[in-house]
Amino acid sequence: MKYLRWLVIIPYFCLATLPLCWLFFTSLKTQEAAISPTASLIPSTAENIAPGDLTFSATLDAYRKLATPHTGKAHAFFHYLFNSVIIGLLSTLASVVLGTGCAYGFSRFRIAGARDWLFFILSTRFLPPLAVVVPVLMMYRVFNLPNTHLGLILLYTAFNLSLAVWLMKGFIDEIPRAYEEAALVDGYSPLQAFYKIILPHSATGMAVTAVFCLISAWNEYGFALALNNAEAVTVPVYFAGLQGNIQGIPWPQIAAGVLIFVVPIAVFTVLVRNHLLRGVTFGTIKQ
Amino acid sequence: MPFLELQNLQKTYPDGTRAVRGIDLRVDKGEFIVLLGPSGCGKTTTLRMIAGLEDPTGGQITLDNQNVTHLPPSQRDVGFVFQFYALYPHMTVQKNIAFPLENIGTSPSEIEAAIDRVARALSIETLLDQYPRQLSGGDQQRVSLARAMVRTPDIYLMDEPLGTLDAEHRLELRAFIRRQQLSLSITAIYVTHDQEEAMSLADRIVVMDGGKIRQIGSPSEIYTHPADLFVANFVGSPGMNLLSGQIVQNGDNLTFTRPDTDIHIPIRANTAPAQVVFGMRPEFIRPANRGIPGKVILSEYLGSHGYVHVDTPIGELVMRSTDRFATGEKIHLHLNETHIRLFDPDTETALT
Repeated sequence: MKYLRWLVIIPYFCLATLPLCWLFFTSLKTQEAAISPTASLIPSTAENIAPGDLTFSATLDAYRKLATPHTGKAHAFFHYLFNSVIIGLLSTLASVVLGTGCAYGFSRFRIAGARDWLFFILSTRFLPPLAVVVPVLMMYRVFNLPNTHLGLILLYTAFNLSLAVWLMKGFIDEIPRAYEEAALVDGYSPLQAFYKIILPHSATGMAVTAVFCLISAWNEYGFALALNNAEAVTVPVYFAGLQGNIQGIPWPQIAAGVLIFVVPIAVFTVLVRNHLLRGVTFGTIKQ
Repeated sequence: MPFLELQNLQKTYPDGTRAVRGIDLRVDKGEFIVLLGPSGCGKTTTLRMIAGLEDPTGGQITLDNQNVTHLPPSQRDVGFVFQFYALYPHMTVQKNIAFPLENIGTSPSEIEAAIDRVARALSIETLLDQYPRQLSGGDQQRVSLARAMVRTPDIYLMDEPLGTLDAEHRLELRAFIRRQQLSLSITAIYVTHDQEEAMSLADRIVVMDGGKIRQIGSPSEIYTHPADLFVANFVGSPGMNLLSGQIVQNGDNLTFTRPDTDIHIPIRANTAPAQVVFGMRPEFIRPANRGIPGKVILSEYLGSHGYVHVDTPIGELVMRSTDRFATGEKIHLHLNETHIRLFDPDTETALT
């Protein structure tokens, strides 16, 4: 059984990491080596390598070039990465905070038509988000929101909020009311009971919700493309925009940028994987 | 002026369930009151209304000369012990016990002294650095008691605190609770469905059923003079023997009898011929050489004593006995006439 498990895991691991490895090698290549019709897989420190060889000369040029604006672009890669970070983090923060507050209300208080409200909140996810891109763009123009960070933060928060409410409601429902009631009779106000008892208990839920919201905002492309052409362009849109450049597509730089873009999320997800597993199976077993 | 007074207290839930239908109760300072009843009788709802965890839909609660009916729990001085402990899992035992003191401006040294005092009283000194999940059920409930006792609230409210414990811990903690209550003159209201627990703890028992009070009295009053058929049957294990029949004039005397039998039981009480329910506790029935004939149908052996179910011409009777009988054995029963209780079959209330 143990060996069987590795028999499945090892091939899958290779398959799954192959694109990442390829990305890594490409980021070390020169433009010529990257678009060479023969594949070269082994990095080498040698200066001159005959075409068609399996080795290529490794260089960190691609990473260096990320710091300067690419031809035809107003800013360097790190400017767009900063946009992604700001928009991703703030929209995630807003989704988790608002979602937790809303979920607490639905979980603990008697709300007229609570089931209908919850269904309505879920129903906002039925439609593919891009279906509303034109009306959103028209509304945003009225409020001068295109090309702003705030515009994307609001949009991602709106899209992720329904998921956040539903996830957090599941977590808060699982916290026995007796904990809060004990705090109430111990002399604490409902608000104190919320942040002294409920918040520490829903930390796992908030971490899980944050991961989902962050990944979704981090990778979003359609709206980021439609609503921006200058200041608030995010990394996915920036890379896509490098196509059709007169100098050809700068593959090594794209590979380097993508690695920088992907690694933080991957590392973060691996770090919280135990919480995530607990999170997605939470509530499936009644005590 | 009673220390705690409930006047026509009511709770109707939004779905129309009438959990508590008008309760009147006066509790003096230092009294140990047990609310006893089957599940769904409204005893826990009543307790939660006194704590402020449920808002009454009618009536009034007065605690220490203050109308607290609609005050939030934090503005009443109550200590609450929950059935499932409700210890905060993210805090150590020490932090759990300190929690009620932390927001009322108690200095750290006072908190430490208070924790030390209750921990010693409950013998949980060695557990202070552990987390609740590391403790057994009995120890968790000790910590929960400690958390309630670390302050000195006006009144302690306990919702079946021993309900989930095993028999050994239950007896031990039961004795502890009563000792503490007596030595500190604590006013306490304790909810349970276990009539033995109620008997052993209470100064006065309040028997509840269907959201109403059936009887208030000392354990011995409740046991020997149940106010109605519900109390007669619910209190005592097994409950009172109850037979419906009639009282008839038999010469100069009144006797109890049933149709299709010539057995008559003399009634000394001051009553008149009528349809009645006849009641007698199992310990007032004993085997005799002559008396009511019967056949043993079941013999329950419990160690120090046993319960013998006997089929007689006036119905099945349960007798408490230290002797053992074989199933099918023919015996005679003697009923102690001074312990007969009579009930009205229509109103179900006691006649004697």
